[in-house]
Amino acid sequence: MITGKTIAMNAEKKQSSIAFVIGASSVGTLIEWYDFYIFGMLATILSKQFFPAEAGTAALLSTLAIFAAGFIVRPFGALVFGRLGDLIGRKHTFLLTLVIMGGSTFAIGLVPGFATIGWAAPIIVLVLRLLQGLALGGEYGGAATYVAEHAPAGQRGFWTSWIQTTATLGLFLALGVIILIRSNQGVENFSAEWGGWRYPFWISILLVGVSVLIRMRMSESPMFTKLKSEGKTSTNPLKESFGNKANFKMVLLALFGAVMGQGVVWYTGQFYAQSFIETVCKIDFVQSRNIMLVAILMATPCFVIFGWLSDKIGRKWIMLLGMLLAILTYRPIYKEFIAITSASNRTQIVDYRITKAGPLMPLVDVKDKHKMYIRQVIDTAYLDGSHFKYTITDTLIGFNELGVNRPINLLNPTLIKYKSPKPNVVIEKTMGKSATWDIIWLIFIQIVYVTMVYGPIAAFLVEMFPTKIRYTSMSLPYHIGNGVFGGLVPFLGTLIVEFTKTSANPAGDVLAGLWYPIGVAAVCFIIGLVYLSNKVDQNVMD
Amino acid sequence: MNTLKKVLGVVWMLLAPTIICFLVYQANLKIIAASESTKANVILQWAIILIIFIPICVGFFLFGKYAATNEYAQLPSSSEEIQN
Repeated sequence: MITGKTIAMNAEKKQSSIAFVIGASSVGTLIEWYDFYIFGMLATILSKQFFPAEAGTAALLSTLAIFAAGFIVRPFGALVFGRLGDLIGRKHTFLLTLVIMGGSTFAIGLVPGFATIGWAAPIIVLVLRLLQGLALGGEYGGAATYVAEHAPAGQRGFWTSWIQTTATLGLFLALGVIILIRSNQGVENFSAEWGGWRYPFWISILLVGVSVLIRMRMSESPMFTKLKSEGKTSTNPLKESFGNKANFKMVLLALFGAVMGQGVVWYTGQFYAQSFIETVCKIDFVQSRNIMLVAILMATPCFVIFGWLSDKIGRKWIMLLGMLLAILTYRPIYKEFIAITSASNRTQIVDYRITKAGPLMPLVDVKDKHKMYIRQVIDTAYLDGSHFKYTITDTLIGFNELGVNRPINLLNPTLIKYKSPKPNVVIEKTMGKSATWDIIWLIFIQIVYVTMVYGPIAAFLVEMFPTKIRYTSMSLPYHIGNGVFGGLVPFLGTLIVEFTKTSANPAGDVLAGLWYPIGVAAVCFIIGLVYLSNKVDQNVMD
Repeated sequence: MNTLKKVLGVVWMLLAPTIICFLVYQANLKIIAASESTKANVILQWAIILIIFIPICVGFFLFGKYAATNEYAQLPSSSEEIQN
């Protein structure tokens, strides 16, 4: 006889079982995101380590291209592992992707720099990065499907939103680990060939080990187990997903009506924003990352709030509102970043001083004794606590009158045969408290947009496709939308700004890069508005 | 609403080849304008962009075609409708 107590105990058991499923799936997915993001976070250092020293911007662009390559292969990972997940099951597939991701991340931390092994370095890193992308392509769809197939009807948005937090928390973890190591080691030790920048890659193997142990304890998804026991699993998931017009048209709708816009909003809010405040606004490395950490931490609960809300009012309008707000406010937000960090907006106080000056502070180039640098540092402090530091470097090349192994004598101007026409100026800004909070709020707003478009999307995708081909069908649009459209935001944004540079305006239009995410989100918004349904599918057992 | 879906379907069908032409034109322009030292990098960047976006534009064209032929007039309400 079933008593009230038995029912209550069963409900409690079910709740704790779902909590374990969410926890175990989320930890693994979080680690995969961590692995994937540390590469992007360390792009500037990696470009110096794995490319020739003189390559400059070209090296950074090449590193970003390798970073982007990891995103581009994600749809292929979705096809390979999605198919596997629909054939052999969700559990074993995302266990495999976790091991591949952890192994390749650890291995990136072991690759010697360009100075030691030459062009083999970027090639090996590219291959490992491709493996990372493939693994991630298989991971997310598996985790989202697995959790959704455990979640009770009517709560799918809420439960899958926990998986959605992992991408942002993975970014948070990556930022936190990097800042911690860098502040302990100091900039020089951190950036050396075998310096601290490698530790975040090595740490990954420990995290993955723990996660594998947890995931080994998980059981297969109940829906997949049921299908398998009935002999109803797909024999050819790829053909059934993309060869069947009725399903393929839903794949296209998912991509162009939801995920494409979600992807660009995601990567603009969490990557382009960071890159912008660091490279355009020139905010100091550590401060820019601290700003991101605080904004991410403040906005993360919104994933769960919007996931929960999507169970009540439907997924469509929450996602579309997030996109619309992004389209309308990106340019004003980024203009405000520039205004806040601009020197012309500040009240300068008396502390305007030249700390090191003039040609008597020469630094001899370690490789070329005929080359010297003259460095001058100008510090400016402002009333609100902001502090701007300009490091101006002139290059001089001269004849050596004292012998090949001695530095040139620059006191004699007749010996100088070259002086750089324009000095190199490096700007580092540390913002005061009030300005820092202004920037945090502006990034927080963008991450709230992210939570609106991203919080409900796992449930939305799961409900679009049948169980037997769900892993394959939802993974492909997700990873094209996020991996390709989203992942290319920093790369294409930087490229578009490059195109606007002219001799009359060497800095170019720094806001031009935003047209890419705005344009993609606008098309996606119109498609979603016209073609998507707001109905929440209660039955995903089919 | 269905008329709007169909009309926009034609717009997407036209937009897809327009984007491809725009990208090819821009690639050509930028590669020609690039200096000798940066040419290889510019070619690589545009090759990546074209290889990725041309298949996506083909998918976008197909999406437009389905929309124009009223395939999205009624979205399937169960998995059976998708599989049959």
